[in-house]
Amino acid sequence: MSAGQVAQGRLVTPFYARQRELDTLNRWHEWQGYTVADALYCEELEYFAIRNATGVFDLTPMTKYRITGPDATAYLDRLVTRDMRLVRPGRVAYVVWCNDAGQVIDDGTVFHLAENDYRLCSQERHFDWLLAAAVGFDVEIAHETAEVAALAVQGPTSFSTFERMGLGAIGGLKPFDLMRLEYGGASIVFSRTGFTGDLGYEVWLPPAVAEAFWDDLFAAGALTGIRAIGGEALELARIEAGYLTAGVDFLPADQAVRPGRTRSPLELGMEWMVNFGKPNFNGRRALAEEWRKGSRWRLVRLDIEGNKPAVDAYIHAKRGAGEIGFVTSAAWSPVCKQNIALATVDARYGRPGDVLWVDIYYRREMHWRREMARAKVVEGPFWDPPRRRATPPEPY
Amino acid sequence: MTERFDVVLVGAGHNGLIAAAELANAGRRVLVLEAGAQVGGACITREFADGFTVSPAAHLLYQLQPRAAKLLSPAPSYAARGLDTLVLGEDARIVRYGGTTVTGVSEADRLAYSSYAKRMRRFSRLLWRWLNRVPPRLGAGRRRDTRRLLRMALELRVLGKSEMREFLRLIGANIYDDVGENFSSELLKGGLCLDAVLGTHSGPRSPNTIMTALYRLGGAAGAYAVPAGGMGIIANGLAMTARTAGVEIRTDSPVTAILVDNGRVTGVETADGTRIASYTVVSSADPKQTVFSLVGARHFETGFVRRLEKLRSGGNAAKLHLALDRLPDAHGLDAEQLGQRLLIAPGHDAVERAFNPAKYGQYSSAPVMEISIPSIHDETLAPDGQHVLSAVAQYAPYALDGGWNAEQKRRFFEICLDTLEAHLPGVRARIIEGELLTPVDLEEEFRMTGGHWHHAELALDQFLFTRPVPGAAQYRAPLDGLYFCGAGSHPGGGVSGAPGLNAARAVLQREGDQ
Repeated sequence: MSAGQVAQGRLVTPFYARQRELDTLNRWHEWQGYTVADALYCEELEYFAIRNATGVFDLTPMTKYRITGPDATAYLDRLVTRDMRLVRPGRVAYVVWCNDAGQVIDDGTVFHLAENDYRLCSQERHFDWLLAAAVGFDVEIAHETAEVAALAVQGPTSFSTFERMGLGAIGGLKPFDLMRLEYGGASIVFSRTGFTGDLGYEVWLPPAVAEAFWDDLFAAGALTGIRAIGGEALELARIEAGYLTAGVDFLPADQAVRPGRTRSPLELGMEWMVNFGKPNFNGRRALAEEWRKGSRWRLVRLDIEGNKPAVDAYIHAKRGAGEIGFVTSAAWSPVCKQNIALATVDARYGRPGDVLWVDIYYRREMHWRREMARAKVVEGPFWDPPRRRATPPEPY
Repeated sequence: MTERFDVVLVGAGHNGLIAAAELANAGRRVLVLEAGAQVGGACITREFADGFTVSPAAHLLYQLQPRAAKLLSPAPSYAARGLDTLVLGEDARIVRYGGTTVTGVSEADRLAYSSYAKRMRRFSRLLWRWLNRVPPRLGAGRRRDTRRLLRMALELRVLGKSEMREFLRLIGANIYDDVGENFSSELLKGGLCLDAVLGTHSGPRSPNTIMTALYRLGGAAGAYAVPAGGMGIIANGLAMTARTAGVEIRTDSPVTAILVDNGRVTGVETADGTRIASYTVVSSADPKQTVFSLVGARHFETGFVRRLEKLRSGGNAAKLHLALDRLPDAHGLDAEQLGQRLLIAPGHDAVERAFNPAKYGQYSSAPVMEISIPSIHDETLAPDGQHVLSAVAQYAPYALDGGWNAEQKRRFFEICLDTLEAHLPGVRARIIEGELLTPVDLEEEFRMTGGHWHHAELALDQFLFTRPVPGAAQYRAPLDGLYFCGAGSHPGGGVSGAPGLNAARAVLQREGDQ
């Protein structure tokens, strides 16, 4: 902060001081009121920490709600499209929830911590909607974002680092498992989850022990290349993993103003998460109707020729034909050596294997250039190494 | 073995009975379950003091739609019909109006009233044409809905360009400005304002009080009737019609739950644990009670539940019943005059001032009233030579600051008596016994959330396509097999029969769609 400026009214996480010590760039952005690093020293190096060693991302600003009470399962089952009765204690579920019109409000993860005790994590805030959904259910909903510090510890050496800390017990966790362990006098939840599509864990701990845990973690990981990372490295990793970001790849329905700008889970490739076997959940009627009539949009993953990232590009079905959609996230993937993108296209186009054309604009020394690039619609994530699922994880 | 019916009606209010009769006439096997000991809901007559009977909720008949009246066969006998409205001044002056004529005002007011009443009547006829149909569902993309909407637009357009503009201008406007522009007589302005706001949580200066005034003119266009034997006779007549059509009516059978299985209605359960199967349940209970108490919010989607939770349904009108040993000798008013519909509404400002405390959870210190002394026309209501006085007194908000207790009730009762005495001098000395029903009492006796006679506030945002809330405005709840047919649905409260008639049509239409 330069002289004369007023400090921005941003919250800091319990890991802020530690990140500040490592920070050489002073590039921060806002996330739900918190200040979060874009990058701490070099976004490329930070990205390679995720893929080749261990990247540690401060996840504390992630919105966290605690949902407890005898009706907690029934409540969540009505809230989200998935069948929550199948998510046992000790499991995490990726979920999406909709408004009555079947349009996605947000996606997130539900941690089944214990019988009738859940934590719902999402990028955006939803307290109002969650409370409205609680009418008629015997549940309590608490907003606990500030009470739970969180770290994403992601990368091939992440498990080995935890093992050196004496936390080898988490080696038994399969993807989307969670367990509670005592560490440093505190009860800490470890889950084998993440936003990178790689081997990795998320750690949920009391803020009071946050710094001590960070110090132990970085000491244990020193030999295996542990690095603190910022949001930019994570962004690249999540595009490779094919994950969606609210506000980027879809617009949360409660934030959309214009009609037609929202998306249903069927339009986001999440039909596998929509359980029409449930008698009632938010959006069920509208989604059943959409299922019968067909969707307007389709979310596709594109493998594009060339190396120019297709940022904000229009998509055409044929060269010279009209637009059928647009790219929402794009990057050159260093690990896949592919030019990749997530895109929204007219649902009549973009089946896996189809070829589409991407109209890429890029700039070279002030002048704009344009390239019509072939793109193939691919299925599944771009980056999906076996180590992501290997249990127990291989040591490094 | 579980009994099975084609349709189960929850509640034997007049709308429930009408819907039941219509559905039975269409060949359905219909059961009506009523919680109380008698049919009628808020359209009943009962004793309130030894030998004195009164219609404790609706007390005048003026909105019954011709289609509903046709269901009453034989036609009920009326103790009085075509009653005028008399606005009582404190100084013995009175203004009397009815139809398109008014007396007790200046020549200018007399002329203005004639054209005013004609215009209101014209607009009310148009409005009620819409109110007598199932409103279109906007944005559903069905041709039928588009046709209905176009028809509404066409009916509006044939009023002519300037009349259409006038209608659209007035429908959202307030009655205060309109009567202020047209008339100079305080009593006339007060009376017309009270007509507009009776039974609502609004004052003359509140928006869309012209719409509520037009609403009141549906049916008899401002002429009031007293059925012989009280309002309960209407309900009894409807029950008879329903039974003749094959409807089974069970009283003392409160429905405690509407049963849902696998996302659709499958029947009801009554207080004694009896289960009755039916894939169609039509509820004349108010929408909040139906959804939150009888079905359970969890069977609906969150957006709908949230909208319904925010539905404004707090009543603001109290009912006052007095047993009188004889008619008061008020300003020399004779029985003919006292037998009309009497209003205490000293002026348009006075009505607004009466409303002011209600905005802040307090009752009026100078309430406004609609009074009927039905025993003048119908001797069966009271012992020989004695009389009953029934009055709607407002404002008395349901959510009173600190809540309604015996002391608050006694105080408001006294205020009402003082107000009555000021406008009908001598009435106090004639009182043998009295009863005051606050909205809380009305809620309990008539099982309507908030004690609101419209079940849900009558205002433009809870009207037509959005009554009670979007997603249920066509009588069909967003739960397969569940329908609404009470005052909380389109068009609203009052003994009009329109919700019941339209709901029956919506049920049959839905069956046709499937």
